[in-house]
Amino acid sequence: MTQYVLRRLIHSVFIIWGCATLVFFLLRLIPGDPVIQMLGPEYTPEAAEALRRKLGLDEPLQVQYVRWFGNILRGDLGGSIASGETVTGAIATGLPKTLSLAALSFLIAIVIAVPAGVAAALKRNTIVDYAASVVAFVGVSMPSFWFGIILILVFAVWLGWLPATGYAELTDDGFVEWLRRLILPSLAIGAGYAAILMRFVRAGLLEVLGSDYVRTARAKGARERTVIVRHALRNALIPVVTIAGIQLALLLSGAVVVETVFSIRGIGRILVGAIFDRDYPMVQGVILLVAVIFVLANLVVDIVYTFLDPRIHYG
Amino acid sequence: MARVVSAPAVEGVSPVGQAGVGPPADLPVGSPSGGSRFWRRLRRERKAFVGLVLIALLAVVAVIGPAVAPHHPDADDFGILEPPSLAHPMGTDSFGRDLFSRMIIGTRVSFSVGIVAAAAALVVGGLLGLLAGYYGRWVDSLISRAIDLLWAFPVIILAVGLVAVFGAGFRNVTLAIAVAYLDDFARIVRAETLGLREQDFTLAARALGATDRRIMGRHILPNMVAPLIVQATFAVGLGILSESTLTFLGLGVNPATPTWGLALNEGRDFVRQAWWISVFPGLAIVLTVMSLNLFGDGLRDALDVKGVAERA
Repeated sequence: MTQYVLRRLIHSVFIIWGCATLVFFLLRLIPGDPVIQMLGPEYTPEAAEALRRKLGLDEPLQVQYVRWFGNILRGDLGGSIASGETVTGAIATGLPKTLSLAALSFLIAIVIAVPAGVAAALKRNTIVDYAASVVAFVGVSMPSFWFGIILILVFAVWLGWLPATGYAELTDDGFVEWLRRLILPSLAIGAGYAAILMRFVRAGLLEVLGSDYVRTARAKGARERTVIVRHALRNALIPVVTIAGIQLALLLSGAVVVETVFSIRGIGRILVGAIFDRDYPMVQGVILLVAVIFVLANLVVDIVYTFLDPRIHYG
Repeated sequence: MARVVSAPAVEGVSPVGQAGVGPPADLPVGSPSGGSRFWRRLRRERKAFVGLVLIALLAVVAVIGPAVAPHHPDADDFGILEPPSLAHPMGTDSFGRDLFSRMIIGTRVSFSVGIVAAAAALVVGGLLGLLAGYYGRWVDSLISRAIDLLWAFPVIILAVGLVAVFGAGFRNVTLAIAVAYLDDFARIVRAETLGLREQDFTLAARALGATDRRIMGRHILPNMVAPLIVQATFAVGLGILSESTLTFLGLGVNPATPTWGLALNEGRDFVRQAWWISVFPGLAIVLTVMSLNLFGDGLRDALDVKGVAERA
């Protein structure tokens, strides 16, 4: 077990190193001279030379590469070309928003998916099951950003219940305002995620309900409710944890896109803005960050998984 | 991003379980060809059948679109932001263009990007997976590590990054989506190859002196057509979703091309004045992607494929 965790840890370190290398070459792959691209209409030979020196592009490639890693390890991702702030600073202001969004989306997805999946499994092949299945199909096939626009249309424009855009700080504006502004974007992301999870809850529960230990629990006279919650659901949720981890990407990429819809300046909005500004250090920083978060999240899920199900042994 | 997730089969609908038991009673005497047996199964798989019919309809729209669209997609001599009416079933946009005509033309763009990206991912990813699975050792290590790397980036982030570097436009967007989904195919083909490599028929072919190329082409690849078709179906749908996402972000195909994602980008800006610009393009995307998902899902049941990805 310790050995397994250790091996996964080392693997993750290598993957992150690979990601950083890939992101390093991202800037160097830009067709033509990246400095000319970045300066755009403000190009003068002197400005180009200055920028090239600032980005260290005038040095040999291996020197740049070593410096890139040294900087990353010190938490220095360089400075934004467009705004002058540091990339780490911009990320530090954006990341809490994105993480709040992802966390609330996750919560919403669980709250929808588990009861819906349980209902579909218990009422299998009834109208409840079919309805859940149809809704799940639509949910999986729907772009999160479109659902976000529809939510704005219904809850902000037509009903006027919730604000259409913006973000409120939890610390400054209080929980209610924070939630009011975050609920629609979180629902936009959480819906698709819930659709996927729901199908696995249903399938997992159906499988477990036919097992010996559920029959035993019933035979010894446990109440149906106890059988479902204590015996069946607990085991049915184990594969769901894996799926939840694997589909974390959905939350992250969902956040990136939905932030644009709701004008929330999280890391997704920062990334898209940086691409339009040709602010390559910022683009590099955000992409690297997302990859690292994703790799680490998957690592955590894998490790949690081994604790959840002691039957699983890794050689 | 990933996601090799064996999605749960929906039981109760699938006739596949009986396939191994013996031919169902209604089969004609004699051995039906693989093709006709496949169609028979597919027709019984309601989901796949509905999906296929819808895809066929949308494909017809994509092909003959310009001929049936009531107006030229760029004709802008109508009223601005007119709500849906008989003359303009989906209303008009902020330039006074007929949204219905633009949606019809957009079908072609979506399908083109989705199909080309899925095909490219299938060919390149499949080849990498085949080489990794067949040759093993350092070839496998090298390819698998590269695939692991691609896997470390969520699809949309990877696609956005690639478009950021190489620029937007039809070719680059398609390419970026293909690269982002390539690892799924590589993983499936690698896993299948690992199993098939040790099968008796492969070993026999090798004992008879068949070349590696012949073994891969004649004995291994034909045996994994089913999971690849299923995966490719999902990939087309995901490609269409990704294209609309990139276009919505302003990083998609040419901004002059009428596409669903572009219309939604505008819809977002006019959400208070013109709900129709937001609603209809989204419905078009949902309908298309859902048809592909239905078909892929049903196909997976019909072909009894396990372990095919469904992902974000």
